[in-house]
Amino acid sequence: MAEAKEADRLPDHVDHYESSDQGDFNENEAPGDSHEKILIASDSYEDLNYDDIAVSSFGKPYSGSIIDIVRHNSCSDEKEADASSLNLINESSAESSNEDQNEGQVKDLSADKVPEDVGEGMKLEIRENEDFGPEWRQKKKHLFIFSSAGKPIYSRHGSEDKLVTIMGVMQALVSFVQVSGDNMRCIIAGDHKFIFLNRDQIVLVGVSSAGDSSTQIVLQLSYVYNQIISVLTYTSLHKIFKQRRNYDLRRLLSGAEKFIDNLVNMMDTEPGFLLGAIRCLPLDAPVREMIEQTIVLNAKVKDLVFAVMLANNQLISLVRMKKYFLSAMDLHLIINLVNASESFKTAESWTPICLPKFDSSGFLQAHISYLDENSQTCLLLLSVDREAFFTLSECKNKIQERLLKYNSLRAISDSLATTSYSIQQCGITDLRHFLYKSKSIAQYTSPELEAPYLTPADQERLFGLYHYLHHRIHSPARPLKILYYVGEQETLLGWMTQGFELYTVFGPLVTKTNAIHAINKLLRWIKKEEDQLFILNSVTF
Amino acid sequence: MSGLQRPPPGGGSGRPGGGAQQMKLVLLGDQGVGKSSLALRFVRGDFREDQEATIGAAFLTQTVNVQGKNIKFDIWDTAGQERYHSLAPMYYRGAQAAIVVYDITSTHSFEQAHSWVKELQKETGPDVIIALAGNKVDMAAETRAVMKEEAEKYAMEHGLFHLETSAKTGYNVQNLFQTLAQEIIRNDYVVTQTRHRIVTTADLLGEQSYPRRRTCCS
Repeated sequence: MAEAKEADRLPDHVDHYESSDQGDFNENEAPGDSHEKILIASDSYEDLNYDDIAVSSFGKPYSGSIIDIVRHNSCSDEKEADASSLNLINESSAESSNEDQNEGQVKDLSADKVPEDVGEGMKLEIRENEDFGPEWRQKKKHLFIFSSAGKPIYSRHGSEDKLVTIMGVMQALVSFVQVSGDNMRCIIAGDHKFIFLNRDQIVLVGVSSAGDSSTQIVLQLSYVYNQIISVLTYTSLHKIFKQRRNYDLRRLLSGAEKFIDNLVNMMDTEPGFLLGAIRCLPLDAPVREMIEQTIVLNAKVKDLVFAVMLANNQLISLVRMKKYFLSAMDLHLIINLVNASESFKTAESWTPICLPKFDSSGFLQAHISYLDENSQTCLLLLSVDREAFFTLSECKNKIQERLLKYNSLRAISDSLATTSYSIQQCGITDLRHFLYKSKSIAQYTSPELEAPYLTPADQERLFGLYHYLHHRIHSPARPLKILYYVGEQETLLGWMTQGFELYTVFGPLVTKTNAIHAINKLLRWIKKEEDQLFILNSVTF
Repeated sequence: MSGLQRPPPGGGSGRPGGGAQQMKLVLLGDQGVGKSSLALRFVRGDFREDQEATIGAAFLTQTVNVQGKNIKFDIWDTAGQERYHSLAPMYYRGAQAAIVVYDITSTHSFEQAHSWVKELQKETGPDVIIALAGNKVDMAAETRAVMKEEAEKYAMEHGLFHLETSAKTGYNVQNLFQTLAQEIIRNDYVVTQTRHRIVTTADLLGEQSYPRRRTCCS
């Protein structure tokens, strides 16, 4: 990679700089900082080492949030019935899932030694397979999912049925390494990285030649894993494979492939997944407050845990039950659900969804509807009560009525009409684009993509630059606080502090001093606009 | 558990507003047979070739006039995927009518329809009116796999009424829902069932202490 080499020659690590004119931005005052807990930030990227992701399992079976809420709300004699009714696919109680977990692991290891599972996949004729011609091979990013018995579950490109041999080989590699008490993590071949994430009974393999780092790919794989959990719950996934190691999971995931497809596509274009942060729809503070209050007043019903309003993958408002929080990662899955489905636009829907960070053992039930005729503004009401549909439908009608009355829906569509904001509004010459994440609230902001990033190819390149910058700053071996990097077509400056992460892209001719002045100015602009760009107050029912 | 039942409006008087009788109807059947397409053809007069799989269940309403009476259908369009199967009771419990849909070009979907009928007849009362709809009849000439006679015979044996429909062309779709409405009226079903429902809902109010505003709309 030419760019990377160039970077090594440059003094890229600036420990600190002295710059007295114009007044530096005090890095302790992160714009969009809030002491209130709005969203739980995803596992901080630094902590996201492979072992944590691969080993840490879900399910604190005795303390699932859903069961807590149900127990808290229900009369004592109904406790047991309600709690067990939460598992929609299977009837196993949380208690047994704990046992499942321990037994499952033991069983798994011994089962992997069974040679017949491995033998089938050992044919090495894959390269000659005519179904996977040059076009398939040239895809920059592949994703394969198969069960620990080697059964194909999903492939991003090409039919997983035809890929049974290649997945067999991958499975063989995984279990070969596993037998010696180790874990397959990564294979690097030329500019291709093969990253393995072995979680419970399924193995996810990401293959990338797009230049993303190993940790970034692991992050993507764990998003995909969470997406599967979101459809099935951890408890039932575990139970299925415990009962039948050979189970063809595609039967249960049928119709949910589109969520995985959509998720991986979104991760290629939306920086929020990389940053572990949500983008808010820019709205005047009073308008947002009006919307929040409308929801609080009209949806104050028992068992409602979260009310989320979204438009165009951006968060408009989030109202939560006291004591319970939504994590950014779960919210990404909600955004993906809405983004992937046209069918919510035709009718009010009532659908089970598991939020793995919130409670991986059970489902919340989501009332999903669009509030405007153009199907832009989507309201999700997530409850632990499976039968609350009509109560929530009534809430939705009241909310819709009020928002129409006070013109809030108009304000939302006006904000959407301008996509986001132009970089011009920041008033900084030479600055082409930026990503700013406020860590404490797990939210980020960035301007519209403008020239020279109008074609998909250029956008992909820009996104690659951000990946590179992000990777260098978060590099486990040598984390950086500030990185100034001169590339062929642009100059990058990244800065990470306790409170924020900032990634900026300048024209190629900017000087280091100018760039530093520019980001100070940018931070002041963001600070000034923070009420519009971010949700800074945590609203509860 | 009562199943998803709309609470009676208007301070629990039990008489739905606007003079229309509410009728809970559920669509069941294998994935991809056209449940959503039938519902959308009936409610919106629309058809989409690329209709996507339903996620969970979708709720639609439509009012029809039969013999001078307004019948308002509360339609639960359920998802056909296996993982949603265990949710089905929530939708068919308390329903007055069910449409079990199969695809005339797929014998598997017809077999699935049998098991839905079986489950319905076992789990719900004899009052539930079940229609068996063989959808995609527009494709009959090329790819029919389930004979009309076979389906009719099956329907007869199980006390269902059978129609072949096409959500794509609209063939028999209105007819299907109209016939259901007529059946319900003929049985004088509406009146008794409504009364019955008031009782169950009142019981629920006692048991589960629903919020009060459910019964007194302001």
